[in-house]
Parts: sequence; C-alpha cells; structure tokens
Amino acid sequence: MFQPSPWRADFPAIATLQRQHQTYLDSAATTQKPQALLDALTHYYAHGAANVHRAQHLPGALATQAFEASRDKAAAWLNAGSNGQIVFTHGATSALNLLAYGLEHRLEAGEEIAVSALEHHANLLPWQQLAKRRGLKLVILPLADNGQIDLDAALQLIGPRTRVLAVSQLSNVLGTWQPLQPLLDHARAQGAVTVVDGAQGIVHGRHDVSRLGCDFYVFSSHKLYGPDGLGVLYGRNEALTRLRHWQFGGEMVQLAGYQESSFRPAPLGFEAGTPPIASVIGLGATLDYLASLDANAVTEHEAALHRHLLRGLNDREGIRLLGAPQAALASFVVEGVHNADLSHLLTEQGIAVRAGHHCAMPLVNSLGLDGAIRVSLALYNDSDDLQHFFSALDQALELLR
Amino acid sequence: MSLPSGAQEALDTFAAASGWEQRARLLMQWGERLAPLTDEEKGEDNRVHGCESQVWLVARQDDGRWRFAAASDARLIRGLLALLLVRVEGLSSAELQQLDLPGWFNQLGLGRQLSPSRSNGLNAVLQRMAQLAAGG
Repeated sequence: MFQPSPWRADFPAIATLQRQHQTYLDSAATTQKPQALLDALTHYYAHGAANVHRAQHLPGALATQAFEASRDKAAAWLNAGSNGQIVFTHGATSALNLLAYGLEHRLEAGEEIAVSALEHHANLLPWQQLAKRRGLKLVILPLADNGQIDLDAALQLIGPRTRVLAVSQLSNVLGTWQPLQPLLDHARAQGAVTVVDGAQGIVHGRHDVSRLGCDFYVFSSHKLYGPDGLGVLYGRNEALTRLRHWQFGGEMVQLAGYQESSFRPAPLGFEAGTPPIASVIGLGATLDYLASLDANAVTEHEAALHRHLLRGLNDREGIRLLGAPQAALASFVVEGVHNADLSHLLTEQGIAVRAGHHCAMPLVNSLGLDGAIRVSLALYNDSDDLQHFFSALDQALELLR
Repeated sequence: MSLPSGAQEALDTFAAASGWEQRARLLMQWGERLAPLTDEEKGEDNRVHGCESQVWLVARQDDGRWRFAAASDARLIRGLLALLLVRVEGLSSAELQQLDLPGWFNQLGLGRQLSPSRSNGLNAVLQRMAQLAAGG
C-alpha cells in the first residue's frame, strides 16, 4: 500500500531530485530543506544583512533580534527552560571540540574519559586527542549484539575516575537508541561531566534536556532540516561556568587590552567571531516549521517507513543488517557482494544512499567489516522511495551475483 | 595518434553499450581480463589508498615503456582498471604525461566515475600514475 508523506511538498528539492530521477535516502548525512527555511534566508538577505550584537543601527537591531529569537526557539525545542543556555557553534563537530578544549584545564593525568564503541568520529576524536594531550585514559564502553551500549558493562566502567562521559543518543550506523538515562544518572553520581551527541537523535522525536539532566547536548542544524555551518550546544548553567574559553576574537571579549583581556560568560563568550547569522535565523524558521507539524503523525510516518525498510531488507537473502536498528536508518552488507560494487550500481540507478564507514571507522572495523551501505529516512520520504530502492537493489544484486 | 588495439576495442564496445546495465556487465567482463597479482605484488607498497575498495597498482618500466598490472577486490573497479591499463600499456613517461585520462573515460561514457565525490579509487590510481610518469 502506498504510504505518502504529507510533508513532501514542503521540501522543494525533493521534486527537483525526482525530476533528475534521484531518490534521496541519505538524510542521516544531511537533510533537504523546507520552503520555510528558504524563505527566511531570502528574507534576511533581501531585507538587509547586518552583524549581530555590535551595531546600534536598525538593520543590526533587527538581525540581532532574529538571531536571539532563534536561540530561544532552540532552547524551547530542547525544553532547556531556565536550566541552561544555547551556544551557537559552526557545527556539531565544532561544539564537541569546544567541549574538549573547554574542559581540558579540569582534567589531570590518570583520569578517565568514557565514550562508547559506536561514536561518530566527531564524538571520538576530540576526546581521544584530549586524552593524548593530558595523559588521560580513554575508556571505550562496549556494545551488546543488538547495537546498544552494554549497560551492565558500562556501569562498571564508569567510576570515580571518570571525569567525562560522552555518548551518542542514536547511532548513525546502527540506528539504535542508547540507554541514555541510566548512563547519565550513573555518570553524574560519579561526578562526571555528561555530554550527549544528539546529531541523529534530535531528528527523530522531541527530546527534553531538562529531564535527561545532561550537562551538554550537541546537535547539528543541517541534519535537522536546517542550514549548514551551524551547530547547537546546550549547556546546563552550572556546567557552562566550568568551561574555559577556547576561541578568541570578536564579541566574546568583555575588555580587551594589549596584554590582558577578560571574556564574556556563555553564550556570547563561546561565540568568537561573526557567527553564521543567516543560518541561525534559518534554523529558527525550520524549528517554527517543525513545531507546526503534528509530532505524532511524523513519528508514526517515520516508524512505518522504517518497518517497511527493515522488512524489505530482511526478506532478501544474504543481507546482513548491522545491529538491530530501531529508528531512522539501517546499514547492511550483502554476503559475497562488495559494498563498492553495490553502491556503484545503486548510484547508476539514481539511488542516493551512503556506502563506506560512515565516519565511525572503529565501529565498522570492530564488526569485522570495512564498510556498509546505509539507507536513511526523513519525514519527506514515502514508500515509493523505498520501492525504488528495493527494485534497484534487486537489479544490482541480480547483476552482481 | 591511433589508439592501441585493445583501447580501440574498448572504445567500440563501450560506445555501442546502451544503458547502465549493459555498461555494468561490460565492466565486469573487462575486469576479468586483468591478470591476477601475486600475494607479493599485493603488498603495501603497491596499495593505492583513498578507495572504498582495495586497489593495487604494479608498475615497472621495460626499455622506457611502462608495464602496468592492477587488481581490486571489487568487480566494477576491476573493470575500470582494465580499461585504464589498455590505454596506458607500453607508453613512455612523456606519452603518459600527455595523455588525457579523464578524457579517455569520458569517451567510454564513464566520465562520472571520476567525479571528485567518488571514492571508488580511480582518481587515486590516476594520481599515482601521474606521479610515476613524472618520475616521482
């Protein structure tokens, strides 16, 4: 039965891609954008760009107002309330690097940082390099077969020496939700700073940082139907005060002298240089658009597509799924078929999926693989997209086998 | 300059191919023409990095003429390698440097395989060849 997406027409690029015979199933890498965002960008640039937090003139005041309104919208989207603040960065990777540098002064040789075995490089490498700089131990929390962090093992490994816990909410390779709440509660009880990489999780369902009780939550605008070049860092008020400033220049300064300077607190103190103003304003428009949708209908739609995807993959012989995906995406390999060959033939047929290590090389290697094909879904996909994918997959496998 | 006979055959065959399926079949057939490499030849020195699949390129010179052999664990890239080798086999360094290899793949209707976002390894192999031809 055909399952349409009621929101497909809100994303003009989908129709363009369709005219080019392209089926877009790579939304975990980046998403297409709603018309509301395109309108907001056009409006901002057509009505007078201006820098924010600097000028008293009218364009500057309007830009600053729109910019700060987006900050409020991002805070509301996460239900930050009065518990914390939103810092804008140049991406999720940049936000995680900010944390690794900002927390560095609090860590001493022999102490531990815990990350999971499924982290995206963005939530692995900043901590790995920090560990190297400070002589810390990087503890890797192992996975259970279903692709979730092995909770029993993790609770054993997170102890009094653990100073930072940094984990993904939803795996970008396995599509598994992680047992965040017990991990965060336990880590906090041990006195560790807690960091959640919400890059994938934020796109599927609403999440409440106040209830999670994490110190930091990071996501990337472009994966949430927003503009690129923009990351969002939520920080709990108290946790933000523990961060040392890490990039310098622009309006992050309070008083600057030739030899000494003082810096603003969060959020501005962590937004050195001119921020991506248009992107911030655009994200605000995207969040307004998303807030106008029936959240339950979106969740239902995505869940039904995901079931369709898993059923189709499971029905085909020789396909090995990675983990037990719960949402948004599925990664797989085919017995006796090289990923590069399969992705080559899917590309020939206009199927936009991702092949490779998905920026999680240690995870993919630990599964005994050097790559996998990933199909990822968004709210604009419909069941025809999956049909196109499956018929292309069948054709490709027929040729290759 | 006339094409080497193997290259002319490739051009005739691929020019006559219609549709992605036939091109894919032909690529796989051409891939089977590659002489297998020994385990020794598949060493780290001959490995070309920057590929989704594993690719090896063995190069030597006889009397100033390049002789290449190549292998990959992926079938379609083997085909692309075979099409590359028939074009460059026996060339001198000067000839190799002058050769427009992206143009060659365009002629075959396979130019898209060289787009920068592709990580199939063909670009990396072409770079390696260019280095060899330049004496690097």
